[in-house]
Amino acid sequence: MADPDTLPPVREPAPARDWGTALPSSKADPIAATARHAPSQPPPKLYEKRKAVHNKRIDGWFRRFKWLVMLVTLTIYYVTPWIRWDRGPYAPDQAVLVDLANRRFYMFDIEIWPHEFYFVAGLLIMAALGLFLVTSAVGRAWCGYACPQTVWTDLFQHVDRFVDGDRNARMRLDRAPWGPKKIAKRSFKWSIYLVISLLTGGAWILYFADAPTLFSDFFTLEASSVAYATVGILTFTTFWLGGFMREQVCIYMCPWPRIQAAMLDEKSLLVTYKEWRGEPRGSVKKAKKEPEKYGDCIDCLQCVAVCPTGIDIREGQQIGCITCGLCIDACDRVMADIGRPRGLIDYATLDQCEAEARGEETPPPWKALLRPRTLIYFTIWGAIGAAMLFALGARTHTELTVSPDRNPPYMLMKDGTVRNAYTLRVRNMEARPRDMEIALAGLPAGSLMWTDRIRSEDAAPRQTVTVPANEIRVVRAYVTVPAGNPVDAFAFTVTSLDEQRERDTAETTFDSPVSE
Amino acid sequence: MADKSRIDEPTGTEFVGHEWDGIEELNTPLPRWWLWTFYASIAFAAVYVVLYPAWPMVERATQGVLGWSSRGDLVEEMGRADLARRATFEKIAATDITKLPADPDLMGQAIAGGAAAFKQHCVQCHGAGAAGYEEYGYPNLNDDDWIWGGELSEIEYTLIHGIRWDGSDETRINYMPAFGDIFDPGQLDTVTQYVLSLSGKAQGSAAGAELFDQNCTACHGVNGEGVQALGAPALNDAIWLYGDDPAQVRSQIAYPRHGAMPGWSDKLDPVTIRMLAAYVHSRGGGEYAGDETEEVAPEFDGDGSSDDVASALQGEGDG
Repeated sequence: MADPDTLPPVREPAPARDWGTALPSSKADPIAATARHAPSQPPPKLYEKRKAVHNKRIDGWFRRFKWLVMLVTLTIYYVTPWIRWDRGPYAPDQAVLVDLANRRFYMFDIEIWPHEFYFVAGLLIMAALGLFLVTSAVGRAWCGYACPQTVWTDLFQHVDRFVDGDRNARMRLDRAPWGPKKIAKRSFKWSIYLVISLLTGGAWILYFADAPTLFSDFFTLEASSVAYATVGILTFTTFWLGGFMREQVCIYMCPWPRIQAAMLDEKSLLVTYKEWRGEPRGSVKKAKKEPEKYGDCIDCLQCVAVCPTGIDIREGQQIGCITCGLCIDACDRVMADIGRPRGLIDYATLDQCEAEARGEETPPPWKALLRPRTLIYFTIWGAIGAAMLFALGARTHTELTVSPDRNPPYMLMKDGTVRNAYTLRVRNMEARPRDMEIALAGLPAGSLMWTDRIRSEDAAPRQTVTVPANEIRVVRAYVTVPAGNPVDAFAFTVTSLDEQRERDTAETTFDSPVSE
Repeated sequence: MADKSRIDEPTGTEFVGHEWDGIEELNTPLPRWWLWTFYASIAFAAVYVVLYPAWPMVERATQGVLGWSSRGDLVEEMGRADLARRATFEKIAATDITKLPADPDLMGQAIAGGAAAFKQHCVQCHGAGAAGYEEYGYPNLNDDDWIWGGELSEIEYTLIHGIRWDGSDETRINYMPAFGDIFDPGQLDTVTQYVLSLSGKAQGSAAGAELFDQNCTACHGVNGEGVQALGAPALNDAIWLYGDDPAQVRSQIAYPRHGAMPGWSDKLDPVTIRMLAAYVHSRGGGEYAGDETEEVAPEFDGDGSSDDVASALQGEGDG
């Protein structure tokens, strides 16, 4: 142990931060509430039954924003495969297509080949950094608005509301014994689930084949079994995860909330209950009698009722909070009704909350976005994006790779010339067939080349091959160097014989017999 | 062990009773769906064990009700592949080998099929790169030196009938006399020097020229250019089947080695042989009818009556 005097002074934990334990227990926290029992009660059960969440309908700024995000994301998901994009006769006309069979990925004017997988890697890195950026700036915004699990759960919860009514009606129906009415309602609701799930799974496969063709093939039972299996699996997962698992996916299955929890700091914008303002809680009546004694929270539990994951935001940050902001909408309404200022629950940073609790002026929330951490994330994110755009713009659509024959490394011909054989891969990334000229660079005069399709008597220093549209043409090339010319390296060049005159060079070796 | 019935105050959860360095484990219940997923996996396993090969037994594993096996899958897939190739095979069978290069796609497929067959049947002697082995006298198939002819039809003929092969009456055959019994050692040296001089490797002599003229030109040609129809190799080029060292050349004149290659007509089907010929021809040295190196080839007489001529020839390996 080090001498206690040399250690830095122990910091007192800020009491304002200690919301999780300072507040009385709540039934809504899905983890903490699971095993609560007094010592005298029987031991807890080993397995925990899910407590259904019947979130109440709410309207407000965040609800409308969620509607908008749902509309945009679902539209993108369902419409994208149907967008046509003319690429000429040699390439598919689907704007976004993952052509696994031919190993091509089309996205509007961009076509990615397997060897350019670094573009996909770059996109994934950008997605990861983008999530870091969003998380450090506005907390779990991804979880709250854009995550497919959230969007589809939201959709299914609207179906619940549409079929069974709002919160109280749903709770009643849940408790009611099974009877004709409940069976009818449940089968109706689950049928709607199933339709949505089928549409979800069905739309997915359209990204992997020509959408109109696959769509008609699918219903005439002519599509491949992989298509049906994929639709089946995705229908099931949508039905199960969106219709029944819901918030349990976020709490138990998804690693991302746990990672995000580690990435949030006191400068991240979070959905926060301002307990300095709300506590102690008291009814409107009590607060009227003794205004000094009670805070703004009237314990109406509206924030709990509207929560899609069924938590109580007043317990502080927790894994179940996806920061969708619906509790802000609910609380703002109540505050307006009882004539108190809005924002008892609001997007705020922890620093801001502490400053507010001390009665200090707080900077506007957007200032929390501009800080070194977010700026660094943004810079890296932007740099990778810019580099990829540059690479995309600068890439040539003609490429050449060469691999020399290793067995045998060289070949002696009758007249004493030395021949090496090479496998050339000439890549034509344009959606039309192109003539390409292959030439030898850096070999002595008299060096000749022919291929497996060109007769040896037609050997010449340059040869022209036609490369089919969007393909790699494999050419076996034979190169002879006249006797007595020690060469050990040279290059093949390929030039597209069109107005672009794209060029690529591939260096390689030339093996000769060891001279005695 | 800590007291099991203790309760963790903040969460109200019971302790499991394990403690490491003051960190204790809570008995947090598992969600119910997890339990059902576990049961579902057990049910899945039970069904799987009945349907598919599962339990290892003494001889082999249990077979499963469905009778599935990965071996069966392979047989089925190979059958499908054979079916897919059939059209190409039929087309190759119907195309005369000399007409094959006129159809570049078919030629390409023949070369690819030949490459596969070569790996199975030919690499044992000629090597994976078809470069042969000088020490055994297995010829290199990549170069442009052909003992028995480098046209597609000649290569196919060699593949069908072999070289010095008992299995075919039409096999390519010749024998070079052992000049060790005819020449004295001095003459052997003189001829060796002269033969090497044909390709500029040594200084020839008038005596050597005379000996060569009298004994060798009948088969190897006046300038040692060889006669493919007889399987007499060219002696004036850079390629030497048994080596270009004077001792190697001398030994080949004195007591020649005669290589042999089996014909493949009894082992391979005509299409495979045709594809092999296309592959060997495509290795960079294939000849075409009408090449200036090509001579008007007399019909090869392989019935044995030409033994007198044949035995005077030096010939080895295949074409």
